[in-house]
Amino acid sequence: MLEMHFRRRFAALSLLGLIVFPAGAFAQQVNVYTTREPTLLNPVLEAFTKDTGIKVNSVFLKDGLLERVQAEGAASPADVMIMVDAARLISAAAAGATQPITTDMVSKTVPAALRDPANQWTALTVRSRIVYASRDRVAQNAITYEELADPKWKGRICIRSGQNDYNNSLFGAVVARSGEAATETWLRGFKANLARKAAGGDRDVAKDIQAGLCDIGVANTYYLGLMLNREPERKAWADAVKPLQTTFADGGTHANVSGAAIARNAPNKTQANALIAYMLGEKAQALYANGNFEYPVNASVAGSETVRLFGAIKADDVSLDAIARSRKAAANLVDKVGFDN
Amino acid sequence: MSKASSQNRSNPTALPARITSGLAGLWRNWPLLLACMLVLLPVAAVMVVAFSASDNSLWPDLLRYTLPNAAWNTLLLLAGVGLLTSIIGVGTAWVISQHDFPGRNLLDWMLVLPLALPTYITAYVYVEYLSFQGPFQTLLRATFGFRSLRDYWFPDVRSTAGAIFVMGLVLYPYVYLTTRALFAMQSACIIESARTLGANRKRQFWSVALPMARPALAAGLTLALLEALNDIGATSYLGVQTLTLSIYTTWLSRGSLAGAAQIACVLMLLVAALISFETWARRQQRYTLSVRKPRIVSRTPLAGRAGWAALAVCALPVLLGFVLPAGWLLVDLVQRRATLFTFELAKQLAATLALASGGTALAMILGLGVMLCVRFGRESWLPSAKRVASLGYALPGTVLALGLVLPLALLDNAISSLWQSLTGRAAGLILIGSGAAVVLAYGVRFLSIAIGGYDSGLSRVSTRVDDAARALGASQREVSRTIHWPLARRAIAAGGLLVFIDCMKELPATLLLRPLNVETLATVVYGHASRGSFEDGAAAALLIVLAGLYPVYRMARAGDDPR
Repeated sequence: MLEMHFRRRFAALSLLGLIVFPAGAFAQQVNVYTTREPTLLNPVLEAFTKDTGIKVNSVFLKDGLLERVQAEGAASPADVMIMVDAARLISAAAAGATQPITTDMVSKTVPAALRDPANQWTALTVRSRIVYASRDRVAQNAITYEELADPKWKGRICIRSGQNDYNNSLFGAVVARSGEAATETWLRGFKANLARKAAGGDRDVAKDIQAGLCDIGVANTYYLGLMLNREPERKAWADAVKPLQTTFADGGTHANVSGAAIARNAPNKTQANALIAYMLGEKAQALYANGNFEYPVNASVAGSETVRLFGAIKADDVSLDAIARSRKAAANLVDKVGFDN
Repeated sequence: MSKASSQNRSNPTALPARITSGLAGLWRNWPLLLACMLVLLPVAAVMVVAFSASDNSLWPDLLRYTLPNAAWNTLLLLAGVGLLTSIIGVGTAWVISQHDFPGRNLLDWMLVLPLALPTYITAYVYVEYLSFQGPFQTLLRATFGFRSLRDYWFPDVRSTAGAIFVMGLVLYPYVYLTTRALFAMQSACIIESARTLGANRKRQFWSVALPMARPALAAGLTLALLEALNDIGATSYLGVQTLTLSIYTTWLSRGSLAGAAQIACVLMLLVAALISFETWARRQQRYTLSVRKPRIVSRTPLAGRAGWAALAVCALPVLLGFVLPAGWLLVDLVQRRATLFTFELAKQLAATLALASGGTALAMILGLGVMLCVRFGRESWLPSAKRVASLGYALPGTVLALGLVLPLALLDNAISSLWQSLTGRAAGLILIGSGAAVVLAYGVRFLSIAIGGYDSGLSRVSTRVDDAARALGASQREVSRTIHWPLARRAIAAGGLLVFIDCMKELPATLLLRPLNVETLATVVYGHASRGSFEDGAAAALLIVLAGLYPVYRMARAGDDPR
């Protein structure tokens, strides 16, 4: 009995060995640490392997990617770090966990505002954060972020937690543009307009607008694309809303990026550069950006039909760097005004 | 040992002898010390990070705006979850253990099922169910002719009350499991005495059973509250800004890992207080069974209306905590004609089972070492050391994972460079690259549950039995093999199964520490959930439930038979 018990345990352990060491049949490989979900990333990585013969090993991490790479230090297998949110890329570079990307695809395809001046990271896709509005109950087709604090929207706005990354980034942009005091006033007005607790996700905005709980709400553009095209059970929510052209009063639309960097101790530097170059190429940009209805960074790639419906994005002129620096203040202000209470 | 130390005590000048006997005590209890060291490794790493803070400018804002509110929300959540899990857990345990009614034998183990679902999945499903577009409100509108949410009021799950509701439903089985075992067994004689003395059922419960169940209730409640305290997924989705969430925002939005570590340290103090409370609640309560064969209390048959009422009381938590959420996943899967089982999923299931088995084995072996030391040792520091060994469960999962990745990676690099200097070839990361880091994290995190299993098993065996056996010339090993193991094995097995289920569901440490190309079911589910389309992970979530069914069944059965 006991012996069988051990035999079973041994079998479990050898199974673990099989899973953990899938001996590489590929001559070349590249290791990817990513905070981007596998479903979105894998099609691109698979295409890369098919086209180049370079095997991709990947692990999806969420919070703590940077801490893990730093802790792993010299022995880290990480080659490419793919992260959502410019602030994460910027802090990885600031922590010295990256090295310059050398492929010239970066300078050729990516606008200067969407990459690090020293090539420590580059954006791969762009997403903007806009206002969805009820088709039935809201007449206007454009709105400013400033207007979210206007009392005319009292009890009519839905949004997820103010501490969520996307909102933290948007509020950081407001701080970067107009300073902390003005942001605090704006946040108080905004908070007073909320129809419900700041919670849930971005899709819930469309859902709650359909339900009549609120008339407008803040969400990323691509969720609309996903609900309209990929999620039949949520199409009705998306059909109930329209994307408003959303800008700062004297600026553009708040946008953030997903991007990539090469780890400082990358063992496969050449392949890492090859992967990033591939991801900026037209094929991957079409796959990657349109798989999730984001804006491609490569201007020669047209967005999907749905993305084009959102209209060309007039990116705001506040730099990603300035936004990243303001996020701490934004997080503090959210708690100060009790935005999430 | 006892002879030597009593001599030392009478002669305080014999310092060298005291030191050697102290060292011998340390040496004798090396398994316990090893367990403590492993658990303290991440705790120490977190403290190092906390004290490395170069910039404390965060604190004024945190203290003024963030922490008071977060502390209040946390207290509210804990109070609510504590109350709800106690009511459901103790109530159902009492009904099940004292009565016979239609469906009892089925409900007996099904009451544990909600534990097989990750909390955040249950949270997502309830937001769907109770939303405007969900079946309840649709029915409500159809019935009363409402058209939009402006016509009526409906509670929103995305609230503190909603979080309490969801967590109460997922976590009550911890309380149910511990109190049921106690109701069923230890109080048999006393409850039956109360019956013969004419106490009615109400009185039997309030005056006899409940006070006696206090230690079991405290044990189960502590597990439930620690789970609630450390939760990230459900609380963030439902919009409850807890202390644990403020660790996250401080780390990620305020960009201060050190500040986050400092809050984590404060939280650890809170948990230490909670655990001390548990110890206090269990004070002076050593319920060991009499030397005679323990037995199950005879159950009162409930017929007619009372039987149906008992059925309803026990079926409701199963329905709300398991059937509805799991059913939602299943229906969704069927509706979308998604395949339940693919090769990918099989691989993920295998990885999940392998890692969970490794973690369970580690936790149970460490727990055994701890238990034997405490049972047989006489040193006064043993109980405190045991409490330290249980601390892994007290840390939020991500904090534990971060605390582990730092020292483990350091060790990995040392091994790697040693290997390189010996063989000239790079070894890579052995611990993290092999999955050993995940297994270690499980072992550390769930050691307290393993210890709890040993505890509840051995608490049935009076130390007087040990003494008698020893007096008759049995060695420690013989006592353990012939007395402890046969009497305690079911409770120990139940503890092991609970560890196994928790390992399968574990997310933060698995996510952060697993090697390249390895996904477990929990990480797959989370990968989909974090994109906001958790229904894509329905198949993997259901597999977690399926893989947990058998352990749950065995675990619940383990408490039934006293042998």
